[in-house]
Amino acid sequence: MRASTEKKLFPYVLLLPTIIVMVTVVAYPLVYNFVLSFKNMSMYHYYDANFVGFRHYSSIFTERELYWVFGKTLIWTVANLFFHVALGVGIAMLLNGRIVGGGVFRSLLILPWAVPQYICALTWRGMFNHEYGAVNLILKNVLHLAPIPWFSDATWAFVAPIITNVWLGFPFMMIVALGGLQSIPHELYEAAELDGAGALGKFRNVTLPLLKPVLAPAVVLGTVWTFNNMNVIWLVTGGGLPADKTHILVTYIYKAAFTYYRYSYAAAFSVIVFFLLLGFTFAFMRYFKITEAVFE
Amino acid sequence: MKGRGTRILAHVFLVIVTLATIYPIVQIVGISLRPADRLYSTSLRVIPEDATGKAYHAVVFEKDFLLWLRNSTIVSAIVTLVGVALASTAGYVFSRFRFVARRFGLYSLLIAQMFPATMLLLPLYVLMKGLHLLDSMVGLAVAYVATALPFCVWTMKGYYDTIPKELEEAALIDGASYWRAFRTVVLPLAAPALAITAIFSFMSAWSEFMVARVIVSTRTLYTLPLGLESLSSTFQTEWANYAAGSVLVSLPVVLIFLFLNRYFVSGLTLGGVKQ
Repeated sequence: MRASTEKKLFPYVLLLPTIIVMVTVVAYPLVYNFVLSFKNMSMYHYYDANFVGFRHYSSIFTERELYWVFGKTLIWTVANLFFHVALGVGIAMLLNGRIVGGGVFRSLLILPWAVPQYICALTWRGMFNHEYGAVNLILKNVLHLAPIPWFSDATWAFVAPIITNVWLGFPFMMIVALGGLQSIPHELYEAAELDGAGALGKFRNVTLPLLKPVLAPAVVLGTVWTFNNMNVIWLVTGGGLPADKTHILVTYIYKAAFTYYRYSYAAAFSVIVFFLLLGFTFAFMRYFKITEAVFE
Repeated sequence: MKGRGTRILAHVFLVIVTLATIYPIVQIVGISLRPADRLYSTSLRVIPEDATGKAYHAVVFEKDFLLWLRNSTIVSAIVTLVGVALASTAGYVFSRFRFVARRFGLYSLLIAQMFPATMLLLPLYVLMKGLHLLDSMVGLAVAYVATALPFCVWTMKGYYDTIPKELEEAALIDGASYWRAFRTVVLPLAAPALAITAIFSFMSAWSEFMVARVIVSTRTLYTLPLGLESLSSTFQTEWANYAAGSVLVSLPVVLIFLFLNRYFVSGLTLGGVKQ
């Protein structure tokens, strides 16, 4: 009898602290933000904000701005994730093979993950400096190419933070992939070899399917983190230089809220971003059928 | 990798990628050693000819670096302890017990990550003000625990999933309580995941900037990121000091990563690979 009450209560007792923290610090601000998005809180109406219904939503959807920024956000997210996964998995596969000093390579390659993000971003900003930055100096002095106008050209100014973020993000994928690769039993490769599979066949039929359950949640998390990563693009481009042309959704929201004090407008914008990500995550999870394995 | 050629190629590729990866980090170290009159240099030398430790001396003894270090250490320690305690227990419940709203709970943790963090700042400010936690280490720590928790709970849950249930069942049959079975049988086996959770919690407090900026305004309560930013906002003059500060801030994290990265590989089983 005592044992069964213990069994019933035990999980809830263990969960309670986490629930309390998550509800106060995450759920409450979320709800607050939803409510705020239907008000007209701004610099002019801070204490006397009223409900204005869907006004912000309708103005956001009729503005051209949303679609531009959304398109850039997609490019930003897809480009980053592509290189994170390609580099991460590729390097992990190399490290998983017979490599002299594999531990040294792994330790060094993990470093971008270890150094605080804001420091990395500011350092890369310095490295992209037109005259004194290391990137242009290498282009000019070592490769004898023309220097690139990183921050005066809108396209290059967008490429710069992508390079920075690819550099920052691939170690995480590498480590996740390495863990997945090490859990694949070696016999499977031997069996595939006996069946006459080449390197490509082994990759397609053994590595990829067994890596998927490990990689898929990392890709979902990575997408959300990249989509919402404002530190890197904000710090590298100095807040959207040139002329606010390098915004992704989150930096655009930040600027609306904390530079122009359009709190409710920014809140509505972030609600839209939230639903976009929610839709993406569920679609992705359903498509790759990862939920069942995880929730089992 | 069969042929000798492919093996050599793999090594060459790794060396190139690794050099490109550590270059920016080496660059920060190089800048921190530059004498003040050579901050704008077009030389590609990593370590300047007349390297000097002046910037380090200046940062540590002339700025409030030691104060920022103390504040950051306090906050990060609280966040690490609380984060590990909460994630290791909550993750265990999600892995082993079936209860109402379990799925909802796991999804909620995932969804919690999806809201643009920048927009939680304003509500967070209002909330902290209401709780009288504004401008306090505790307020900052609570916010950081909450940001790190979803990832940590998922990581712990995924790892517990790989530990066979039979182990605790045996302990329970022997008359151990649930808590004892968890504490003495499962928890020690989850060491790699605990290491990841600890590092992730620590890092989210050690290197966070935006939330700190909103919650803390008193200069004596500045954490390292806030302090460093105050050095970099006068970029022209203090670039070397900023770089020296950056090196000092990054050093502990880099060391932790170097010592513990073996555990990372086995501990980060996000999806829970079942054997």
